[in-house]
Amino acid sequence: MSRIGKIARRTFLVGSAAIAGGVAFGVYYANKGMTNPLQHAKGETTLNPYVLIDAQGVTLIAPRAEMGQGTRTTLAALVAEELDVAWEDIRVIHGPPGQAYYNHAMFGGILPVAEYKKGPVAEHLGQMAGYLGKALQTQITGGSSSMADAFEKMRHAGATARETLKLAAAKRFDLNASDLRTENGTVIAPDGRSLTYVELAPAAAEIAPPDVDLRPATEWKYLGKSMPRVDMVEKSTGTATFGIDVRPEGLVYAALRINPHFGGGMTGFDDTEARKMPGVQKIIHFGTGIAVVASNTWLAMKAAEAVEIDWETSPHPATQEAIFASIRTALDGAPNSTLRDDGDAGTVPEGASLVEAEYSLPYLAHAAMEPMNATALYTGDELILWSGNQAPILHRKHCAEAVGLAPEAVTVHTTYMGGGFGRRGEYDYSVYAARVAKEMKGTPVQLTWSREEDMTHDFYRPGGLGRFRGAVKDGKAVLLDGRIAAQSCLRQAGARMMGFESGGPDKALVEGAFDQPYRIPNHRITGHIAELTLPVGFWRSVGASLTAFMYDSFIDEMAHAAGADPLDFRYQMMKDEHAPSAACLAAVREMSGWTGKTPEGIGRGVGFCHSFGTPVAQVIEVEQTAGGIRISKAWIACDPGIVLDPSIVEAQMIGGMIYGLSAAAFGEITFTNGAADQQNFPDYDAIRMHTAPKTEVRVLTANPRLSGVGEPGTPPAMPALGNALFDLTGQRARALPLNKSFDLIV
Amino acid sequence: MTISLTVNGTEHAVDLPGEVPLLWALRDELNLTGTKYGCGVAACGACTVQIDGQPVRSCQVALADVWGPVTTIEGLGTPDAMAVIQQAWVDHQVAQCGYCQSGQIMQAAALLAETPEPTDDEIDAAMQGNLCRCGTYPRIRAAIHDAARAMKV
Repeated sequence: MSRIGKIARRTFLVGSAAIAGGVAFGVYYANKGMTNPLQHAKGETTLNPYVLIDAQGVTLIAPRAEMGQGTRTTLAALVAEELDVAWEDIRVIHGPPGQAYYNHAMFGGILPVAEYKKGPVAEHLGQMAGYLGKALQTQITGGSSSMADAFEKMRHAGATARETLKLAAAKRFDLNASDLRTENGTVIAPDGRSLTYVELAPAAAEIAPPDVDLRPATEWKYLGKSMPRVDMVEKSTGTATFGIDVRPEGLVYAALRINPHFGGGMTGFDDTEARKMPGVQKIIHFGTGIAVVASNTWLAMKAAEAVEIDWETSPHPATQEAIFASIRTALDGAPNSTLRDDGDAGTVPEGASLVEAEYSLPYLAHAAMEPMNATALYTGDELILWSGNQAPILHRKHCAEAVGLAPEAVTVHTTYMGGGFGRRGEYDYSVYAARVAKEMKGTPVQLTWSREEDMTHDFYRPGGLGRFRGAVKDGKAVLLDGRIAAQSCLRQAGARMMGFESGGPDKALVEGAFDQPYRIPNHRITGHIAELTLPVGFWRSVGASLTAFMYDSFIDEMAHAAGADPLDFRYQMMKDEHAPSAACLAAVREMSGWTGKTPEGIGRGVGFCHSFGTPVAQVIEVEQTAGGIRISKAWIACDPGIVLDPSIVEAQMIGGMIYGLSAAAFGEITFTNGAADQQNFPDYDAIRMHTAPKTEVRVLTANPRLSGVGEPGTPPAMPALGNALFDLTGQRARALPLNKSFDLIV
Repeated sequence: MTISLTVNGTEHAVDLPGEVPLLWALRDELNLTGTKYGCGVAACGACTVQIDGQPVRSCQVALADVWGPVTTIEGLGTPDAMAVIQQAWVDHQVAQCGYCQSGQIMQAAALLAETPEPTDDEIDAAMQGNLCRCGTYPRIRAAIHDAARAMKV
């Protein structure tokens, strides 16, 4: 144990390399043997370039992809903070696939320890687990981890670049670097002489970068302030290029039709009519379905519909009842994990009142606004892929395999994503595009899925069941024993993405429940893996999207059974266990003017979940109107430790909550004969302008560690809405979606 | 079949069957990719453009039925010369993923042309066909109110 304390906190160094007409600065990990993803940076085989300075100016290479969460903007601010460049002068591009860009922080989150309990030892183990991310070749945008990963690396890259440029200028001016200052991309001498970074870049490449301390937060100019997002003008003028918008010279368009019955292939097809349709160039069959290449996406889609296909049947259970019976079997069986087991959860304490409830949640689609698509050009010895994706290394690897090339022969251009939510970490849509491109050698092809293809070929948030048993005494919970059963995303996606199935306890199945900061003397959470093989994957907030509704709804039920105010019930059990979490509850109490009482026709519910290191409390208010129940108001308090950009944090909190409310109110995918029944937004609606609550957000900063904001807003929204509906109607919400049992305004 | 079409003040001859939706002529023939495909069934509003100033779902208007000049997001303003409503979108930092925002802006611009000072209820009524999975609705509302004020001056 004693050795752990001696390991340096910083696990990386900053290096530099000459590039054509300039210099690249980046991070490298001593003795890690990673190859440099920037081919033109010579001399440093382990350099992980973040900042390039050449004749074009300052370019930031963002190691994480932009799917709407604002990551490009804050990554730019981290570098700019130290580098002293004007905000409008920074260009941000997405890095090419490179092992050196692996996400250290995300893999640090896989340990079976509650985030809020992480101490120095757990933190070190987390760092070690982080290296697994490198071994697994995962340049992944996910797990709300981008900022935690980048917080030090990007600033160090910027600081080192600045000081190296000053050293270069010092030589030219024949002064000491300490006499110089930097401002707006320029090094300035006391006598007023100045040199731009662009002018100094080639000379800076010849200088060994010094070790530099970071500026204290009190001196920050950009960080902690709401910066204009670097993608905002493009996205407000229709000029941002999403995957679906790339237009390489000579582009043709393709549509896809794959067996909707999962696991089934194709026994035969007749494309006679489709071949005659206007614009059609080629029809390709995959064994599991077909693709049509045409001069126009719509013509391709029409022709794809016109192909007569005999589908094989699906090996999956034929009915919803059979699927949920299988989940129930898992719930009744032996646990895969018992990640919380405090006291004696098997015995109801003397004199306590028993509370029991069962919860049921459906499968969910991601339904990103931009349907799955990718564009590919196959030349015979090379594949160029344009794809909005959360994991470029995985996309490159699997596309290379699909067309029979080495990964190095595949170039991946990561575009903006029209929503990711976890769906674009999967690589299936890139692989289909690559396979079509292989049949169209020399011609770039854009393969766009129809919304129906998208919704019926998702990797769904698994449906699940929960059985909770608790006991209350003297206004407090004295027992909470929860069982949670669902398919394991981690096992299935691990096998799909990495080629091996992870064994052991599946933390992702029970996160959002086992790791909540409540002090309850007898407290157990077990996870039970359902042995179904329906395609499942990571959906915004992953396990917590499933478990928070069960766990927090049950806390609410216990509060009522105890005769306690539900907000205060939570607060009292939390305040000595994790003060930053309790402070979030206190904040929404104050913001909403919570009294525990609501007038006739109004209902209020509180919800809480600590996920991805960030506690979030929400109060939702519902109102009975003549036209149905309206979700009228919401208050959110969160604590991500350090706020790098308040506007982005606020947007993510509201957006995360609305994503959760959409699922809680309307979201359900059901399967018949192994095929999803829902096809498009009329079957799978979401919160819209007239159904979105008026929302107020408060961001606290007492948490000791910087944590993510992209996902934690989602989980508490679901129980908060259910708890509000209980307050309004007296009816407990134990099954989602809520529009099946409550008259919600659509 | 050649169909003539006026888009953002420019006349185009498009060689496509008349049944092809306007959306796919804009995107795949004219390379005006600011208008997005989201659902193909008029349920999400991502493909909203204006014909003769009226907001329409371009995935539902056959090329042969286009009855007037078409304005797309590219015709509303450019990064160097944004329309008032686009500036309001930037001022309020509305977009997250941004995919639906062309449609949101085209719908909002049509609302403001018709109703210069919309109430919250009028915004609800006009904008509820435009889906945003990122949940940017509060900022869209604020940007519309702000653009209304700016246009009044």
